[in-house]
Amino acid sequence: MRAEPAVHIQGVHKSFGGSCTALENFSAVLAKSAVTGLVGPDGAGKTTLIRLIAGLLEPDRGRIQVFDLDTTTDTSRIQRQLGYMPQRFGLYEDMTVEENLDLYADLQGLEREARKDRYRALLQMTGLAPFTRRLAGHLSGGMKQKLGLACVLVGNPRLLLLDEPTVGVDPVSRRELWQILYSQVRSGGLTVLLSTAYLDEAERCQEVILIHRGRPMGQGPPDDFRRRMEGRVYQVRAPASLRRRLQKNLYAVPEIVDSVVQAEGVRIITRTPALPTLEIPALIDISPATPNLEDYFVGTLAQLSPRPEKRALTLPARRAAGKDEPVIVVEHLKRRFGNFYAVKDISFEVGRGEVFGLLGANGAGKTTTFRMLCGLLPVSEGKARVAGVDLRRAPAKARARLGYMAQKFSLYGQLSVEENLTFFSGVYGLKRPVRKQRLDWALNTFDLTPFVAHKAVDLPLGYKQRLAMACALLHQPDILFLDEPTSGVDPLARREFWRRINALAEQKVTVMVTTHFMEEAEYCDRLVIMQAGTILAEGTPAEIRRHAETADNPTPTLEDAFIRLIGATVQTSS
Amino acid sequence: MFHRVWFLIVKEFLALFKDKRSRFVVIAPPLVQLLVFGYAATFDLNDIPYAVYNEDKGELSRQLLARLRGSTVFTETARIRHDRDIAPLIDRREVLFVIHFGPRFSENQARGDSAPVQIIIDGRNSNTALITLGYLRAILAGINIQWLERRGKAAPPAFVESRAWFNENLQSRWFIVPGIVALLTLVVTMVTTALTVAREREQGTFDQLLVTPLTPFEILLGKSIPPFIIGMVEGSLIVVFAIFWFGVPFRGQWWILYAGMSFYLLAAIGVGLMISSLSVTQQQGLLGAFLFIVPAVILSGFATPIENMPEMVQQITYLNPMRYFLIIVRSTFLADSPFPILWPMFWPMALIGVFNLTLAAWLFRHRLY
Repeated sequence: MRAEPAVHIQGVHKSFGGSCTALENFSAVLAKSAVTGLVGPDGAGKTTLIRLIAGLLEPDRGRIQVFDLDTTTDTSRIQRQLGYMPQRFGLYEDMTVEENLDLYADLQGLEREARKDRYRALLQMTGLAPFTRRLAGHLSGGMKQKLGLACVLVGNPRLLLLDEPTVGVDPVSRRELWQILYSQVRSGGLTVLLSTAYLDEAERCQEVILIHRGRPMGQGPPDDFRRRMEGRVYQVRAPASLRRRLQKNLYAVPEIVDSVVQAEGVRIITRTPALPTLEIPALIDISPATPNLEDYFVGTLAQLSPRPEKRALTLPARRAAGKDEPVIVVEHLKRRFGNFYAVKDISFEVGRGEVFGLLGANGAGKTTTFRMLCGLLPVSEGKARVAGVDLRRAPAKARARLGYMAQKFSLYGQLSVEENLTFFSGVYGLKRPVRKQRLDWALNTFDLTPFVAHKAVDLPLGYKQRLAMACALLHQPDILFLDEPTSGVDPLARREFWRRINALAEQKVTVMVTTHFMEEAEYCDRLVIMQAGTILAEGTPAEIRRHAETADNPTPTLEDAFIRLIGATVQTSS
Repeated sequence: MFHRVWFLIVKEFLALFKDKRSRFVVIAPPLVQLLVFGYAATFDLNDIPYAVYNEDKGELSRQLLARLRGSTVFTETARIRHDRDIAPLIDRREVLFVIHFGPRFSENQARGDSAPVQIIIDGRNSNTALITLGYLRAILAGINIQWLERRGKAAPPAFVESRAWFNENLQSRWFIVPGIVALLTLVVTMVTTALTVAREREQGTFDQLLVTPLTPFEILLGKSIPPFIIGMVEGSLIVVFAIFWFGVPFRGQWWILYAGMSFYLLAAIGVGLMISSLSVTQQQGLLGAFLFIVPAVILSGFATPIENMPEMVQQITYLNPMRYFLIIVRSTFLADSPFPILWPMFWPMALIGVFNLTLAAWLFRHRLY
């Protein structure tokens, strides 16, 4: 029997200014005293739905009831029982932890006598008790988020709405956040709705609502979704050197709707619960894999939408790639800010055609390292050679050999697609006949021809990313730097993106990725995990996972390994 | 190298004119300011309202009042009969001053004594009051001389016979409008440069620009040339307006004016780029620009003479590029000063420009985190 509903959403429709429809005929029921995940990519309508439930927006059609009260007529009565944490929670950074709590207690009308106990419970739970006098602005990203949660919880809400609470939070703090949530649900009967773009995170919810382009794609416990995919997900094991080509070939098979490169080989999803007959070499072995939420999401979406006929990403013939000497060489690299070393004496090498990941929590030094390697930050000490050029001697020459894609869309929004391409080809020094060729190549390869005259800012998200990639590849760089390339992008777009990256890697372009997103790290050939400016571990994803192998956890995830490695340093240092 | 910079310049112009906000910033405020300053800002006084409090019956007071009435500067708005009526009129700003002749004004004068005229003036705006008093003194002096001549007596031993050079009729518009050239080119270049780097930072494109093979110097060049061109065009436009619309004569040499404008623009661009590389958002950039513009205008001699400022403040004005260009622009418009006289205005601007541009280039690379 299902628990009685806390929130009832009936046929809600919401659009912003005519053309932009955020939600379309959306219906769902949230169970009381449960954690429900609202899962979907950026722009799917998650925030709109949460704001509608909080009574901050009014639906165009349909209605929403929270504890049997209507959100449009009983807004203030609902808001008294509800805690809402938007994506950028309004902590006052110049106030201490305690002052922030006081403020929110005042706002939520918590009596003075009740505060002491409530504070103690919340501070203990969040581990913020030793820091009550610290300014909120001086807390780490994870601690800030925990304080935000404490501020929302201070008034004892019955319903908690969290909009992407774990964005930018390291895995350790993320686990703690989940523990806090579940303890509140269990002890106080709290109902929680949280949105996330990460499907692995959604697995922790008791109930999941999948949302895509403003429409629900299914609701149920994560296990339900997994069960529906049984017999459709397989792990193809292959030697590391073959897996990219294998993935491409498998993707061409019509019975296979999805294939992704993973550490051990390729993960595939079939159209029906049966393995198609494949001609495969002997050294490759196929076995059924445990389905996860992402498999469901991708499998369903891929079946709904016709497979896009993607042009293969082929780079024109390039100057002969040199010997197989490493493309990036880092030796005893250091970066100092004042007295503080953000990067302390790290060394690693990246070979030609490798996809190399820099993994770490916020403040681990991965962004600093990354920025030094693409010439955005001067090196303090040590050696850094990129494409055979010393970054300290000839930074401009080194920069000419690399391409860079920022996390945020970072092209000139007011300029058209063509103007952007022309600009980047120009500043990379491409002269007329070549420039024309390269522009044509970019427009064709990335299917941008229909959008030549469009302003970049008006392009759909996926096309913006293509344009960014096209701009980064115009000058045929040896190395492509990607800064958190697919955070918030839907899984289909992420797959498309990585197919391109794989094609580049096959053509001997070296790819350097930073991420704090474990799923993305799986796509790398090799990676380093950084913490407090040092390298904790280096190796293939499989090697890194082995760090967390124990008797009770024989198949750890990268996240397990990450948390274990970081936990180990904390113990040895204290 | 120029190939790369060229693309950067084209991009800068596209970004500036395709964005509604920045297009507005370049076009609208200068036009509004030109009209506001050209028409509204004047030191000349017209139609000054005054009240007459005449207890005298004699001829001399009537003669004097006739002179006042005959002037276009003054307008008689009230006649009063009692002391107690003076205060309300001035309090309510109905009149600027009250002219009072005592009951024995003509009598005294006829007896050969000199007779006092009382002026009670609203001193709240000291500047207006002083100018008005100046006018009144001139009228009284005229009466005195005329009276002496009529009696066949010798004129006073010394009197002023003045002739103004350069601005023959002492029209304040001739003084103010050339100054607007300096003011508006400063505002436009400062605002456009202060926004360029900040806009790229805000939109996340600056990193993308920094990872290209462009060197800091090339970026600096690409970021300086567009505001320079815009400043030149805008400056020339105002020069044209000054000559043909406001009728201010241009008597100097064009090349001196434009050489001065180039140096001035470089100095302004240097400051603007420095502000821009220090600010993270466009709002900060804009705020920074105005934080510079307001004191720069006040300390330039645009409205109030530098010579009147305290010694210490006068020292500070030597750091202000507008101070130098203001002299160049006024001299070339009205005086046709030769280059050697103006040379001392050029090199300080060049120094300021070089210093600021160098600092801005350094900040480009070093203030990224």
